[in-house]
Amino acid sequence: MSQAIAAAYLVSAICFMYGLKRMGSPATARSGNAIAAAGMLLCVVVTLLDQRILRFEAILAGIVVGGAVGAIGARAVKMTAMPQMVALFNGMGGGAAALVSAIEFLEARPGELRLDAAITIALSALIGCISFSGSLIAFGKLQAILPGRPIVYPLQRPINALVFTLVVALAAYLIVGPAGLPELAALLGVALVFGVAIVLPIGGADMPVVISLLNSLTGLAVAAAGFVLQNNLLIISGTLVGASGTILTRLMSKAMNRPLSNVLFGAFGQVKTALGPSGNGRYPSDVSVREVTPEDAAALLAYARRVVIVPGYGLAVAQAQHNVRELADLLQKRGVEVRYGIHPVAGRMPGHMNVLLAEANVPYPQLYDMEAINPEFPRTDVALVIGANDVTNPAARESPGSPIYGMPILNVDEAANVIVIKRSLAPGFAGIDNELYLNPKCSMLFGDAREALTKLVAEIKAA
Amino acid sequence: MNDALLIELYIFVLAVFVGFEVVSKVPSTLHTPLMSATNAIHGIVLVGAMLVAGAAAQTGLAFLGFLAVALGAVNVFGGFLVTDRMLQMFHRGRSESE
Repeated sequence: MSQAIAAAYLVSAICFMYGLKRMGSPATARSGNAIAAAGMLLCVVVTLLDQRILRFEAILAGIVVGGAVGAIGARAVKMTAMPQMVALFNGMGGGAAALVSAIEFLEARPGELRLDAAITIALSALIGCISFSGSLIAFGKLQAILPGRPIVYPLQRPINALVFTLVVALAAYLIVGPAGLPELAALLGVALVFGVAIVLPIGGADMPVVISLLNSLTGLAVAAAGFVLQNNLLIISGTLVGASGTILTRLMSKAMNRPLSNVLFGAFGQVKTALGPSGNGRYPSDVSVREVTPEDAAALLAYARRVVIVPGYGLAVAQAQHNVRELADLLQKRGVEVRYGIHPVAGRMPGHMNVLLAEANVPYPQLYDMEAINPEFPRTDVALVIGANDVTNPAARESPGSPIYGMPILNVDEAANVIVIKRSLAPGFAGIDNELYLNPKCSMLFGDAREALTKLVAEIKAA
Repeated sequence: MNDALLIELYIFVLAVFVGFEVVSKVPSTLHTPLMSATNAIHGIVLVGAMLVAGAAAQTGLAFLGFLAVALGAVNVFGGFLVTDRMLQMFHRGRSESE
């Protein structure tokens, strides 16, 4: 029987790897996900036959409760709320990995635990807890339960360093010392605190990096749990996820031209002081930005030949993806060439804008990534920026003193005209002014993205 | 170091390479569904949770096992369903543009 189970696990592992491979193209991705899900179903069912399982109450109750919560959550969530949902599910996985190794630790008689088991138990508990609490904080920030801006307090770095040292010390004691329940509880508790402490000072716009990293951490926690249970399927699956999360984390940090350490350890905490007295998100009172009425903006768009739409997080907040598609359709009917320029870190998770626009049925040949769209801006009549800020800020190119200097941006200011739809002049996440708005080519259409787009659509229909 | 551990380490290292190889070919358009699908795959911890929950003799540990299974199940069910919802839209977008 145990050999049959092992063989079934092998099939599951193949399903996961093949399923992920099929995620490489939009045409095959959905079947890839289905194959991975089938692999999951297989290994869960087969595990029920395992002879080590003596009672089924806890298992069945857990699957019913957890399955119902997960299924309802997955059905109910809006596409715009996807990042926080992924963060939440991710945290659950991390928590489960920590619990699994905690139970294994408590089941073992004192002195009976092998060294390698003790090491992997400590790792899995530690990483799982960090991922659990970190994901919950990320969820809170994305869901706007917590403020999205970096949360900073005095002595933050020394305190974090202290918590980190404590976590490592407790993990080491769990491995070598005669540790029991109190030490385990202490390790879990401090690791949970560390997860909170590390995500709190990270701002909303850095969330693509953080979510990728937390995903990767949960994968590693699961792989470590696989070592604890000597279960190859857990090792393979957890490691696959760990590797994929690592790749995405690196891609996102690269897209912001900031090393991961800089994202994690609060470079933006220093921004306010770096900006000095003239900064702090206030424009000089003697310059004025040009405001445009929906009528004029509509006319500009309707008589353009080439338009590039640059969506940002504001589009997601306003849930305006359908409105932007409607606008694009109208323009295309008039013979305007419409494309979308998507910055790699636009939104709150990797590929966030692509999912929203896919929901609105925007054909994806119209979606261009940054490298592909940047050479097109000089030939573009109107760049329409919707709820994106820092990823269009020319300071990233021109001002070596700026905290975002060096970040690759969408060069919208090379277009003949720029229209920015934005609720106010408030600075973006980085807390810095956007010089783009002072550019004479740029005009502002103030308002919620959805309302502004609705007005534009009405004006173009009337024209 | 015993043989079993060594074999596990082999598997771990090979899985790292497979993971990097497979995932680095995924285009940025699909990064959100990719992340969501890998998120569901680490729900495999559900299997580990089932094993420890089913073997737990004491009531306290069985309750922890129940919690672990429930968390893992949220991860699995939620993860795959939400990924499918997303990818369904990608599919629709394609067939309309054709």
